[in-house]
Amino acid sequence: MPQSKHNGEVVVKSFVFPAADRQPNLCPVTGDAVGVVAATTLASGVEFVEALTIVLAMGTTRGWRSTWAGVGAALAALAVITALAGYALQSWFPEALLQLVVGTLLLIFGLQWLRKAILRSAGLKALHDEDDAYRAEVAAARAAGDERRLGLDWFAFVVSFKGVFLEGLEIVFIVITFGLNADSIALASLGAAIGGAIVLAAGLALHRPLARVPENTIKFAVGLLLTTFGTFWAVEGLGWFAPDDASLGWPGGDLALPVLLALWCGLAFLTVRLLAPREREVA
Amino acid sequence: MRLARGFARFWWDFVVGDDWRIAAGVVVVLAGGAVLVARTSVPDGVVAAVTALGIVVVAIGSIAAAGRDNA
Repeated sequence: MPQSKHNGEVVVKSFVFPAADRQPNLCPVTGDAVGVVAATTLASGVEFVEALTIVLAMGTTRGWRSTWAGVGAALAALAVITALAGYALQSWFPEALLQLVVGTLLLIFGLQWLRKAILRSAGLKALHDEDDAYRAEVAAARAAGDERRLGLDWFAFVVSFKGVFLEGLEIVFIVITFGLNADSIALASLGAAIGGAIVLAAGLALHRPLARVPENTIKFAVGLLLTTFGTFWAVEGLGWFAPDDASLGWPGGDLALPVLLALWCGLAFLTVRLLAPREREVA
Repeated sequence: MRLARGFARFWWDFVVGDDWRIAAGVVVVLAGGAVLVARTSVPDGVVAAVTALGIVVVAIGSIAAAGRDNA
């Protein structure tokens, strides 16, 4: 167990705190509801767009029965992972350690999203194109053999399962991290459900990939939100190393969040400007 | 063994992604912040500001390196 010295006294910290012993509100952000819902809705929306492309390609090319079976199996697996991870984190981690672990993961995750978004905006990385992705999936589905297992078209099942599971895992990760730190899994889940419902409704109406969704812009926004909240919570979580285990306080408290968001926005804007290839002068 | 390796690889790719320097940089900066909190009596606000600045430096370094690689 970790120990720290405070006024010559050794303080032993516990990893396991019963959930009931903790303060009910883990999030010091009073107006965080908008941030949580915005982040989870946007993140869920872009991930659902990518999953929809894969599912549509499999369903229209290989048939819907095996595709839906893959989607259902992936959703069941995601539900189990969400329940287990959410329960374990909420039950076993003290407040400050939870903020540190979840904030650090969110920060690393967010910085990856932001980095890619900046490179795309600067023209140094190819933009994601759902039409291209759809054509590639359809070509792969047509070229694949006709292997049957458990009465299912195995290729359609596996590809649909992997597509929904992998895209869904990112949504689950964001819902759990935001939900736990904001002490509202329900609010985070609501945001994810709204994003999913919008994409699903659009997909059902159009029956084609949602290529016109400004995916890269949304990813930019999600990267900024994940990085902002990740920075805020990870730094707060450093309080776990203090003798009293209390979360670290930001100057200005909750007002630090919009300041951090402005800082990351400014940094992103500047780096895009600096990295974008300059227009060549016409002689 | 192959399954365990694949499992570890999946989570590495999922969390760390394609630039390990971001994860390593964030961990180093937060470790520095943890030392400040545990071993000194520096005010919370200063620790928060210094740590945030360190994270910004990590981000700039990673983006600049990616920019050079992709230029």
